[in-house]
Amino acid sequence: MAVDVAANAPATARTEGTLYYRHTLAVRIMHWVNVVALTVLLMSGLNIFNAHPSLNWGKSSYTGAPAVLEIGAVEDAAGNPVGITRILGHEFVTTGALGASRDRSGELVQRAFPWWLTIPDNQWLAMARRWHLFFAWVFVINGLCYVGYAVASRHLARDLAPTQPELRSIGQSIIDHVKFKHPSGEAAKRYNVLQKLAYLAVIFVLLPLIILMGLAMSPSLNALWPGWIDVVGGRQSARTIHFAVAWLLVAFVLIHVFEAIVSGFWNHMRSMLTGHYRIEAEVRHEAQR
Amino acid sequence: MKPSAELERRRFFRHGFAGAGALLLAGCERLSHSEWFPKLLGAGESLNQKVQGALGGRHSMAQEFSERDLSPQFRSNGTSVPDSAVYRALVASGFADYQLKVDGLVAKPTTFSLAELKSLPSRTQITRHDCVEGWSAIGKWKGAKLAALLDSVRPKPEARFAVFHCADPMEANGTRPYYESVDMDDAYHAQTILAYELNDQTLPVKNGAPIRLRVERQLGYKHAKYIMRIELVDTFAKVAGGNGGYWEDNGYEWYAGI
Repeated sequence: MAVDVAANAPATARTEGTLYYRHTLAVRIMHWVNVVALTVLLMSGLNIFNAHPSLNWGKSSYTGAPAVLEIGAVEDAAGNPVGITRILGHEFVTTGALGASRDRSGELVQRAFPWWLTIPDNQWLAMARRWHLFFAWVFVINGLCYVGYAVASRHLARDLAPTQPELRSIGQSIIDHVKFKHPSGEAAKRYNVLQKLAYLAVIFVLLPLIILMGLAMSPSLNALWPGWIDVVGGRQSARTIHFAVAWLLVAFVLIHVFEAIVSGFWNHMRSMLTGHYRIEAEVRHEAQR
Repeated sequence: MKPSAELERRRFFRHGFAGAGALLLAGCERLSHSEWFPKLLGAGESLNQKVQGALGGRHSMAQEFSERDLSPQFRSNGTSVPDSAVYRALVASGFADYQLKVDGLVAKPTTFSLAELKSLPSRTQITRHDCVEGWSAIGKWKGAKLAALLDSVRPKPEARFAVFHCADPMEANGTRPYYESVDMDDAYHAQTILAYELNDQTLPVKNGAPIRLRVERQLGYKHAKYIMRIELVDTFAKVAGGNGGYWEDNGYEWYAGI
């Protein structure tokens, strides 16, 4: 079946479009290294979180203030675990997903995040930390290479920095996104303005922030400049921000993948694997209007 | 033809992604249980130790807090009462018969009573205890400076680590006592103390009475409780599991600065 699809669908399109070299080898390699690193960091991070499934605000976990987020379980009359998620004092029953979920054998067990979202799949803090702290280095080194490359190769200035006219057209870009209207022809060679702003926000705000908040949890790095983590309210605040930013990144990835799917998944996949992105002929685009 | 091909394609991807996900998870499991991969991951630990050591140096000081930051209750984790006859007898006598033995690579092996420990130069500090699990608690500690104690027993030049042997057995059958170790930089650090007071009270049993280690630039499991003996060594390869601590023998990092 897959052969069938591959033979038919692109064949018709190939005659109508031209291939354009969109992503350099360096960007493609760093993109996929990042995919692997962030996936491992998220899943091992959730295993670490499970060791103390509670987030607080402040310098310590015991300030007297209620937790920002708490995932736990209680037992019902029959002795079955009931997953409870408490967000700023509001309680939700989340059995099946958070607090209590089915293990590999199908038995409902107490556990903050379910096994299939964590590395390793069982509750194993020491191993999760090994994965997390190793891939943190992979991620940071990859990220530094990327930023260095993006500046030196002018990828940042040429492809990512929005122009003044683009910034003025944000409203139109939002409308286009909502209508799933995707650029073609020359315009498809460039990232659109929302895309640029999203990438810049992730690269220069969210990713540095999550790294910094991770480092803020290190007692040794706290001693470099005692009190620096009080800028965000203290170590437990840093832990809370680290967790929240991780989920903002998940949200970004979901939107990123969604946009890739609705604007031509295979075309994007090919361009991120081989570098070549197909531009539809502008004529066809005009005719469609 | 087209709709069915489309359906077929969707099914292919749905199964493909689910399959890839399952493979990824299974692959990670195999790696976690392999001999070589956790060792490779351990490269992160030595990198952390080197980079953090280079950045902070030997003398960087952990943050200290004010009285109003104190946690209302200082959480007890791990052992809350050591399950051993020797320790129970010490508690019964109010630690009157307690003796801290200091030996190994020292010129003058010595035992210290609690009163002798309390007569050593002391330090009081309000610091944050960061558990490897993720929680933090802030407490006020008073204790003998480990540097002063070590000076009095005169470590030999080849001594590289201080090993802390504890009273609490970690196995139900009374074996595998807790132990920990730090290098000489941490042993001589200004904030490294053998604490006998917590929040202006005698150190409670649940927090490590009669003395526990405070080594403020590392995670909680390094702060050995119920210390009975300090041994100076040049390698901890021959001590217990050979990794320098009870939790280290169970896969945790010896360097717990992050």
